[in-house]
Amino acid sequence: MMNTIWLLLLVAGVVTAGLTGRVEAVTTGLAAASNDAIQLAIGFIGIMTFWLGLMKIAEKAGLVDLLARIMGPLTRHLLPGVPPGHPAVGAVLTNVAANMLGLGSAATPLGLKAMDELGKLNKGKKTASDAMCTFLVLNTSAVTVIPATVVALRASAGSSNPAEIVGTTLFATLCSTLAALTADRLLRGRQNG
Amino acid sequence: MVEALTLISSWAIPFVVLVVPLVGYLRGVKVYEAFIEGAEDGFKTAVNLIPYLVAILAAIGIFRASGAWEFMLGLISPVTDRVGVPAPVLPLALMRPLSGAGSLGIVADLMTAYGPDSFIGRLASTMQGSTDTTFYILTVYFGSVGVTRPRHAVAAGLIGDLSGIIAAVFITSLVFGS
Repeated sequence: MMNTIWLLLLVAGVVTAGLTGRVEAVTTGLAAASNDAIQLAIGFIGIMTFWLGLMKIAEKAGLVDLLARIMGPLTRHLLPGVPPGHPAVGAVLTNVAANMLGLGSAATPLGLKAMDELGKLNKGKKTASDAMCTFLVLNTSAVTVIPATVVALRASAGSSNPAEIVGTTLFATLCSTLAALTADRLLRGRQNG
Repeated sequence: MVEALTLISSWAIPFVVLVVPLVGYLRGVKVYEAFIEGAEDGFKTAVNLIPYLVAILAAIGIFRASGAWEFMLGLISPVTDRVGVPAPVLPLALMRPLSGAGSLGIVADLMTAYGPDSFIGRLASTMQGSTDTTFYILTVYFGSVGVTRPRHAVAAGLIGDLSGIIAAVFITSLVFGS
C-alpha cells in the first residue's frame, strides 16, 4: 500500500505538471521538500536526545514500571503478542500519556522508543508486527484531551472562546481512534505475513 | 477554561523535567549517567529517519507543487458536497493525513477568512485536533525501526482519519449548528 501511494503521488505530480506546462515546479518542489525533511530531522536530534535521556532516568527509577503496572490490563488487550513484563509495555504507555496531554515534543521520542522495543520483539523484520500496527494506529488517530496548538491558534485569531472546541474535538478524536482500532483488528487477520 | 488549559500545557513538560530526575535521585539512580546512556540512542534514531522523511515529504511536495493537488480537489468536491462537508474545509480534510504544518496553515487561513467563531472556523479547529498526521507518523515511527512493509496500518490509519472528519462534521453541526 505504501508503494502504491508513494508512486501515485510522484506519477500524478509529474504528469499533471507536464500537462499544465509547469514542469519546473516539480524540480523546485522536490528540492524545497527534501530540504524541509532534513531541517525536520535536524530539529529532531536535540529533542530526541533529551527525551530519551530523561526516559532512561524514569526507567531506572522504576517510574515506567509503575505506569505499566497501573495500566497493564489495558495494554494486554491492545498489544497482541507483547509479554506483560516487557519494556515495550511501559514505553507504549508513556507515549500514550504524553499524547493525551498534548505534549507533542515528548510524545514522538517516547513513541519511537516504544516502536524500538516492539521492533526487538519482531526480531528486526522489515514487515510490521500486529502490535506495531496497533500502536501506530493509536498514534495516527491520536486521542488528544488538550488540543493546545489549536486553542492557541484560535486565541491569536481573536476568538471569543478559544477553548470551546475542546469538547467537539474530544468526541471526534474518540470516534477516529475507535474506528481505527476496529479497522486494525478486522484487517489484521487478512494480511498476515 | 482557557487560562486553566494554557496553565496545564505550559506546566506539563517543566513538571516532568522536575519530577523525573528528582524521584530518580531519591531512589538512588545516578541521574546524570542514566541521562547520557539514554541520550546516545536519541541521536542515532533521529539520523536513521532521514531517508524515510525525504521520501515521503518530497513525494508530497511534488504532488502539491505540480497542481495535481488542486486538480484532485476539483474531482472530489462534488461528492463531499453531497455528504455535507462544506467546500472550504475540503482541502483541510485531505491535507490532514499528509502534513501537520500544511494543515495547520490551512486552519489559520480559514480562521482569517471566516473567523474563528464561525461554523467553518469551529469545524476546522475540531478537524485539526481530532487526528494526527497519519503519513508523517507512519514514516517516522516505522522508519526509525527500518520497517518498510506497514501491512494494514496504512488502511486502518486512513479509516481513522475519515471517521474523524465525519465525526467532526457531525458533532460541530450538532453542538454549534450550521
